[in-house]
Formats: sequence, C-alpha cells, structure tokens
Amino acid sequence: MPILPDAVQNLTLAFERLPGIGPKTASRLTFYLLRAPEEISRSLAEALLALKSDTGLCQVCFNITRAGQEVCDICASPQRDEGVICVVEEPLDVLALERTAGYFGRYHVLHGVLSPIEGIGPDDLKIKPLLERVKSGKVREVILATNPSMEGDATALYIQQQLANSKVRITRLARGLPVGGDLEYADQNTLLRALAGRQELGS
Amino acid sequence: MPSSERTLRVEAIVLRHNDWGEADRLLTLYTREEGKLRAIAKGVRRLRSRKAGHLEPFTRVKLMLARGRDLWIVTQAETLAAYLSLRDDLERIAHASYVVELLDRFTYEEGGNRALFDLLAVTLQRLNEGHPSFTVLRYYELRLLDLLGFRPELFRCVGCGEEIQPVDQFFSPLLGGVLCPRCGGQDTSARPVSVNALRFLRHFQRSSYAEAGRAVIPLPVQQEMETRMQDYLTYYLERGLNTPGFLRAVRRRNPD
Repeated sequence: MPILPDAVQNLTLAFERLPGIGPKTASRLTFYLLRAPEEISRSLAEALLALKSDTGLCQVCFNITRAGQEVCDICASPQRDEGVICVVEEPLDVLALERTAGYFGRYHVLHGVLSPIEGIGPDDLKIKPLLERVKSGKVREVILATNPSMEGDATALYIQQQLANSKVRITRLARGLPVGGDLEYADQNTLLRALAGRQELGS
Repeated sequence: MPSSERTLRVEAIVLRHNDWGEADRLLTLYTREEGKLRAIAKGVRRLRSRKAGHLEPFTRVKLMLARGRDLWIVTQAETLAAYLSLRDDLERIAHASYVVELLDRFTYEEGGNRALFDLLAVTLQRLNEGHPSFTVLRYYELRLLDLLGFRPELFRCVGCGEEIQPVDQFFSPLLGGVLCPRCGGQDTSARPVSVNALRFLRHFQRSSYAEAGRAVIPLPVQQEMETRMQDYLTYYLERGLNTPGFLRAVRRRNPD
C-alpha cells in the first residue's frame, strides 16, 4: 500500500530506470525536486522532452544531430576534409576527438562494436553505410578509431577485411603508453606495440 | 560468492567483460582454484588504468581479489599469457570466443574444476599457436562434455545397447548418443550420421590430442562432425550459441 501520492512514486520509479541510480538516489532526487522551485523541474522536463524530439542522426556519418537536419555540421562543413573518415564506436568518441582540435577530417559513428560472445554481428552496426561511403570514391583514408579492446579490434579487423579490395589507405590509431603512465604496470600487449611503434627522437 | 576469505589470490582466464557503471567492467572469470567467478574491475575503461591491459578476454592472468559488498573486486592483475595472436585475426577471435562461450554457458558459479581450467588454457594456447582450428575445437568439445558429465555414447546403441557396427547410423542428442539403424529408424529426433563421421568422432573421444591431430579427415566429413556436435551441444544448452553465427557472418562476407 503506497503511503506517498502516485506522482512521487512514479517519478522515483522513472529515476530508478536510469543507469547508476538505485532506489535511494532516486527518492533523494525526487524529494529534492519536490522542494525546489517549480522553475527547476519545468526546465528539466522541457529539456527531457526536447532530447528526443529535437535530435536525429546525421544521414551521412550517423552522429547525433538536430532534428530535421539531414547532415550534421561536420559533414556539411567545407573546411573538413571529405577524403579522410575517422571510424568511431559512439557519438561520445567524436566529442573526445573534437576536443583535441587536431583532426580535420570527417567521422563515421558505428553505434556499437562487434561482439562474438554477445552475438552482435556486422548487421547490428552502421558498417554497410560506411562501406558505401568509401565506395563513392572521394575517400583516401579510413582511420579505424575503435577502442583498443578485443571487440574494438574485431570491429577494426572486419572493416579492414571488407575494404581490402578498395584502394583507400586504412589506418588504426596507434597503441602505446598513455601520458603519465608507468612502464612497470604496462601489460605485454601495450608494451610490445609501443616498442614496435617507437619513433626517432629529434627528427 | 564462494569462499569466506576476505581476499583471494587466483589464476584466471577472462571469459568476457561487460561495461559496468561509469568506468568499470564486470568480468566473468574462470579460475583454477574456485571455478567460475564474477568480479568488478574498477576504472579499467579509463585509458590510464594499470589493470585494463591485463583483463581483456582470453587473457590468462594472476589476480588478487578483495571481497566487495556483492561481488569480488580486482585489486591487482598480472598477465601470465596474453595469447596475443588470438586478437589479430578475425577467425581466431571468433574461434577463441566460441571456446569461451561454450565454457561460460555450460558452467555456473559452483566451485573449482582444475581439469576444466587446464583444458581451457591449453585450448586457447593451441589456437594461439595456430594449430588447425577444426582439430582444436572438436577435441575441446568432446573433452569439455567428458569433464561436465555429458559424454555422448558413441560405441553402443543408446536404444538397444548393441555394439555399434561399421555402417551408417543415427545420432540422437535427446538420448545422448548413437542409435543403430534399427532403433534410429523409429526415432524422429535422430539425425543420420555417416560411418566416417562417427569413426572420427570416436577417434577424437578416445585418443590423445596428438593422435587426434594426425587424423586426415575429408572436408565433407569435417562439416558433418561439426554439425552433429552443434546439435548435441545446443540440445544440452537449451538455447543456441552466439559465436557460430558470428563466425559464419565473418566468413561469408570475405570479399574474395
């Protein structure tokens, strides 16, 4: 028998469905909003509704874009080199690469990675549109920037296999020691690759 | 969580990892000492994690675990064998995933099985060294079934108990083995199995790995053996496996 009104109960349950939020956090958030000025819950509610209705996927690179906009700002920008495509797992990876301010090509978001054990195959990702983009002929280089994990490697290998007959250059982000890391804790895989990819100093 | 210790030192093979919370991963491990365990690896999705590189799937690793509230937490990790070449070829990734998925699906968190751990380790090592995948995988399937108590009967008819004669027979996952032509004809769940496929399955079941590896098996017979084993395994798992489909998808689309 619920002691609290449905409105309180419903919001608590809604919060609980979010990742990382348990029943305690959910009710704390609910009671905070209950006591806070109406303005806060109103703007939160509006922002939540807009999240779905005002966004869509870019029809070229599948990054998240504003609703009704066919092509995202990066794909539409003449300043970005359309001959280079950087392939990433998630839209958040695009943000990370953009923050470097050192990449001037375009992107392709796969929305996931291949995972043999979880049963995620090539058809579950945006791989086919990527292959078509490359076939269109303007692309010179495909940079595979999937995560350095077993699944990320499998995805990169699969795309490489599919593009093997095309003339484009296929590269993978370098793997090595992170800034501020400690050799003592490096695993063999990382160290071996860091050794293989060592670079001449002072050139 | 078995064992009442606060900390646990184990040798483990990482079966799978799933993202967990902000930057953590939930690992499914098969340990030499305690069998299957699940443990949280904190912060391993951060680039500067000291543990991440040691905790990828298929890695054999020495671990220190601490008792958390509901799950073990990984405090230290050191690679014993990285099986690196399992990761740089798509088919090998698929084969290793198959090995791991089978073990994961057939076991529970139920205590240690040293022989099973050793089988897993040696199978991954064989794949890593580039042994022919057919021999490695069929041998693994039959040994795994032995160790788990699902050994198929390949020498006597599971219907009438008569010794199997060297002619084409039937194979019934439901009854757990071969049926002679007389019994098999009446059983609708049974599939035909050729005298050759049966001969090599029996050879794999009672021979050492080295002996099994010396057998020269024609391709159609290999395919038949694989199909019969798949039937048998999926019957006992009560649900299809993910990795065989993945392997087919990857093979089919080889653009050559």
